[in-house]
Amino acid sequence: MVGKTLYDKLWDDHLVKQRDDGSALIYIDRQLLHEVTSPQAFEGLRLAGRKPWRIDANIATPDHNVPTTDRDKGIDGIVDPVSRTQVETLDKNCDEFGILEFKIKDQRQGIVHVIGPEQGATLPGMSIVCGDSHTSTHGAFGCLAHGIGTSEVEHVLATQCLVQKKMKNMLVKVNGKLGPGVTGKDVVLAIIGKIGTAGGTGYAIEFGGEAIRGLSMEARMTICNMSIEAGARVGMVAVDDTTIDYVKGRPFAPKGETWDKAVDYWRTLHSDDDAVFDKVVELDGSAIMPQVSWGTSPEMVTGVDGAVPDPAKEEDPIKREGIVRALKYMGLQPNQKITDIQLDRVFIGSCTNSRIEDLREAAAVVKGRKVASSLKQAMVVPGSGLVKAQAEKEGLDKIFIEAGLEWRDPGCSMCLAMNADKLGQGEHCASTSNRNFEGRQGFGGRTHLVSPAMAAAAAVTGHFVDVRELMH
Amino acid sequence: MRAFTQHQGIVAPMDRSNVDTDMIIPKQFLKSIKRTGFGPNLFDELRYLDEGKPDQDSSQRPINPDFVLNQDRYRNASVLLARSNFGCGSSREHAPWALDDFGFRVIIAPSFADIFYNNCFKNGLLPIVLPEEVVDQLFCETEENEGYQLTVDLEAKTVTTPSGESFSFEVDDFRRHCLLNGLDDIGVTLEDADLIRDYEEKRRQTAPWLFNSGN
Repeated sequence: MVGKTLYDKLWDDHLVKQRDDGSALIYIDRQLLHEVTSPQAFEGLRLAGRKPWRIDANIATPDHNVPTTDRDKGIDGIVDPVSRTQVETLDKNCDEFGILEFKIKDQRQGIVHVIGPEQGATLPGMSIVCGDSHTSTHGAFGCLAHGIGTSEVEHVLATQCLVQKKMKNMLVKVNGKLGPGVTGKDVVLAIIGKIGTAGGTGYAIEFGGEAIRGLSMEARMTICNMSIEAGARVGMVAVDDTTIDYVKGRPFAPKGETWDKAVDYWRTLHSDDDAVFDKVVELDGSAIMPQVSWGTSPEMVTGVDGAVPDPAKEEDPIKREGIVRALKYMGLQPNQKITDIQLDRVFIGSCTNSRIEDLREAAAVVKGRKVASSLKQAMVVPGSGLVKAQAEKEGLDKIFIEAGLEWRDPGCSMCLAMNADKLGQGEHCASTSNRNFEGRQGFGGRTHLVSPAMAAAAAVTGHFVDVRELMH
Repeated sequence: MRAFTQHQGIVAPMDRSNVDTDMIIPKQFLKSIKRTGFGPNLFDELRYLDEGKPDQDSSQRPINPDFVLNQDRYRNASVLLARSNFGCGSSREHAPWALDDFGFRVIIAPSFADIFYNNCFKNGLLPIVLPEEVVDQLFCETEENEGYQLTVDLEAKTVTTPSGESFSFEVDDFRRHCLLNGLDDIGVTLEDADLIRDYEEKRRQTAPWLFNSGN
């Protein structure tokens, strides 16, 4: 019998029913809910007179709309009445159906994809969904995790299952060791740059190879988080000691004998040696530079030593037109050096890069330095109340504040600008978030995706610079 | 859900690849707790010259005359012709809701992003994948012929041009069945409630840690 991939194993373990037409019912172990994509799902349940199938499989928190200042005021601190209604609606829905919610004033509140792993509510081998495309983050734990739309949120609430068709298997193997100053973010941006923003469409990606094995859980989460930016709904990393050590002792993690039993199972969550992938992509990890995106799609990315491309050199007419349009939107010139791009704002945060290690990396760069006077703003938004508390325990908040960065409260913040944090028209931002689409961070805003260390380096110089030049 | 069997309508060409869901419906409109009313803000940043805000009267806003849906010949379009990787990015179902609310029933492209593609079927919208060269041909014909219409038959899985040329497309049987009959797929799944319960019971025995609600 031919070996199985990690995805094959996860699929088989969650298969409730294979239908004759090729579709399948897949059981969902965990659903994460937030205020933006759930109200219509709860309303749908009510209209149909249905009840949630399994209440304890759900965990909710408000994250997209919450302000990152004045949080002691709770919901009253949300100035925009439409945002406030959305957060209140989540509270009401969770109260009505008895769903566990970390509300706005709860220290456990945070970005859904930060709090799941932090609480141990994300466990290896689980199937996890959320009405948010960055649910792929949880795949770092050897989970089958992906984003869904609101109709599917309702479907999972009502049935604990999803109707799915099996995806194809792709292995992205990052060989060798990463250089100093090169992070998980740089790895995933380099992967997207190589395979393109639709390169993973229809596939579940497993990230493997020596470089991935050498990464921490938080760096693996950053990589899986951006699978969707390569078109893949699912991104995964096999379970190893790093995974198990990270999970141990967390509030929702099993204990005692159940823990031992769970670990025995989790250790099987890797692709078999003879597993066959539909597609394999290999990268040399030692050759990956710190990355900076220059355009309006995450695939429009290059090393910090690179330059903005010249559309005249692109042969494909649709791609050429895409570059021309991106350069116009971004206000950049062909062949302009990346290090010559001047910045207006710096944002360190988002479900991609707001965990404690991200904040440590950024703090190490800004320590003893000052934010460039040419910047209008540089802000740090921790991913959860617990990340914030940990950072303050380590004194990272003081390092940021002394350097002139703003130290905020947890939420999605400027990643998608649904709250008050946004870019002005034409402003360039070094951002640790995941999308550089037109208008994503504010109407007319210009986003450059980078790692936390690169964002920190940009904050203290006012333009992009190879962070390795600032490291001692 | 509204059933989809056949549709004939005017085609609007959206000639750019990688159209993302932020472009289809920008984030400030996701604050609504309803499924309807997103049509006036479909492609908001391309369609208008000012910054869109929720609860605004869009008829009073300055429009971008160059944008395709602002041109008279495409205003009543119900078939959107698009380029590769349409609907990439965020999982927001507000994107198909906005397309639907505007009046689109069919989207044709060489490829779609997975989550968007799936979300369309939940809302009676039909996303159709046709080969790149066919899409190129349809772009040419749409631009050359004002009032150009396509006829889509989901039962027969065909797209037919005014000249009678017909192209077949593929669609999953389950999705097609649900769309043709306007089925509520939660209802379909609940027909297997016993199977779900059996699975769950087995998992409680073999993997009890999955049923731990924390402390």
